[in-house]
Amino acid sequence: MQHWTILPILLPLLVASAMLLPPLSSRIQWLRIASISTLTILTLLASLQVFTVISEGSQLYILGGWSPPFGIALVADKMSALLVLLTSFLALCCMIFACADHDKSGEFFHPLFLFQVMGINGAFLTGDLFNLFVFFEVLLIASYALLVHSGGKNKTQAAVHYVVMNLLGSSLFLFGLAILYGTLGTLNIADMAVKISQLPESETILAKIGALLLLIVFGLKSAMLPLQFWLSRTYSSASAPVAALFAIMTKVGIYSIFRVFTVIFGDDAGELANFASAWLWPLAILTISIGSLGVLASPTLKRLTANLVIVSAGTLLVAAALHSELATAGALYYIIHSTLVTAGLFLLADVIAKQRGQAEDRLVNSRALSQPKLIGFGFAILALTIIGMPPFSGFIGKIMVLNSAQSMSTRLLIWPVILMSSLIALIMFSRAASKLFWKAPNNKNAAEKAHPYEVIAIGLLILGAPLLVIFGGSVTSYVMQAAADLHNMDVSVYPLLPEESL
Amino acid sequence: MEGIYAFCVGILTTCGIYLTLRGRTFSVVLGLTMLSYAVNLFLFASGRLSIDSAVILGESEIYADPLPQALVLTAIVIGFAMTAFVLILAMRARADLGNDHVDGKDPTEIPAATAPNRKGEIN
Repeated sequence: MQHWTILPILLPLLVASAMLLPPLSSRIQWLRIASISTLTILTLLASLQVFTVISEGSQLYILGGWSPPFGIALVADKMSALLVLLTSFLALCCMIFACADHDKSGEFFHPLFLFQVMGINGAFLTGDLFNLFVFFEVLLIASYALLVHSGGKNKTQAAVHYVVMNLLGSSLFLFGLAILYGTLGTLNIADMAVKISQLPESETILAKIGALLLLIVFGLKSAMLPLQFWLSRTYSSASAPVAALFAIMTKVGIYSIFRVFTVIFGDDAGELANFASAWLWPLAILTISIGSLGVLASPTLKRLTANLVIVSAGTLLVAAALHSELATAGALYYIIHSTLVTAGLFLLADVIAKQRGQAEDRLVNSRALSQPKLIGFGFAILALTIIGMPPFSGFIGKIMVLNSAQSMSTRLLIWPVILMSSLIALIMFSRAASKLFWKAPNNKNAAEKAHPYEVIAIGLLILGAPLLVIFGGSVTSYVMQAAADLHNMDVSVYPLLPEESL
Repeated sequence: MEGIYAFCVGILTTCGIYLTLRGRTFSVVLGLTMLSYAVNLFLFASGRLSIDSAVILGESEIYADPLPQALVLTAIVIGFAMTAFVLILAMRARADLGNDHVDGKDPTEIPAATAPNRKGEIN
């Protein structure tokens, strides 16, 4: 029982390593069974962990018995347990989709996929900033390989940009970590939160520089304004299951911003309290604006979805800039909703592209789909959800974020931008739907129908939209508690450290 | 010692950033490598520079902080793997795209539409 916290990291690691060895490595059917069963177990484990965290509070796992702040600790609190569950479920859906022969187009798809899941889970669970860097690298190197998986000009070119950008990001991450270690003498998140308030005045400027370097890195991961140019090309050129899994990657950046700038540089950070808000405000607003412009200019459904990822990242950054419990809770709800919906749209875009032949997913008039009703129904739900129309989860998510702006000045700043972005999404989706579904000639299309696995995967992702509303009460109360825990040093910091080090 | 050390890190970082901003993949890869050297040195210095000090308590008058050394080791390993990957990717891009420009296009190349045809006319 005590080792449960590390299982979301260990299980994919072990299975992925076993997949590289002979008995499994050459049999695609076995590989599929292995990865789907692993991810199913992982989803069950993660949901059990959520229930454990609800009943027993945060779980601290000390690797190798080196007690914090010296060793590496894993922390499963309400926020990270929820995000691990989200990752596992999303990965399961993407894997089911990939098993419809998307995994055959290149080698090592299954192990790479599991390594990526391991990296993402690790990034959510770790309680140590250097360990966060290591898990970032794990998930990045797996994502580099997954991005170029099955090859092609477009993918290689997108990958060059993506890899170079992220390698630069890694260097900046290390510079930031070194500065913070040099001033604070620790990299354990909880310990840093304690030490930051005792920092002598001469060192605060250094700590601030280190923290801002980290903000640049997390901004790069989460597609914050000047650093978002890589995203739309990367996501739209990746193969569908990979792009859908990437939907959670920007959220890793957002999570890190919340973790670092709420726990370490939060309300109790003395001179440096909440200093990042001033930087996040304009960047977040501009990110939404540029994302919306991108949405308007998107020529294909995949590009459209990729730009919507930028818009959702901007919305989450607004919540981070607001820096209150309500905003964090809204952001958490919004993370779950937007991850599932954008992943669903990426998968659906691939199905649509396959059935339309040469026109692919470009928003032009072309022949009809072979399953217009089924796909149209899914598309309608996903579109309504991401636009933020009731009765689906997007509505509640947006309401929570909008509602967390309490003062008049913040409302004036946030509401027009978010509501305009919703309107733009509405316009673009109406246009896309009329091109894809209505303006098509009525003749029968002989193209292959969607594989049952593809239908199941997209169906599971769509199911999230109504479920998040039906169980909206319990989900919102959970995210409220998670946000309250994150903002409360008595829960998010002190229990994670031995008493003598306080 | 601190002065020389800081100067080296600064030079490496400057060269690294300059080279990373270049247009061809080879210089970008070189730039990333230099940047990772700079980072490794910088990380090492975050535990403060000291001479004649052991990383074990009681072996010398002052002790050196062992943690940055462990961090540097991890960073070196990861940086090495990443450099290997980006090198292979750069070669693959050279093969797939037909040139070694980061954007995949040779900016000096005349676009096909304005290139003179066989008779020398521009169409």
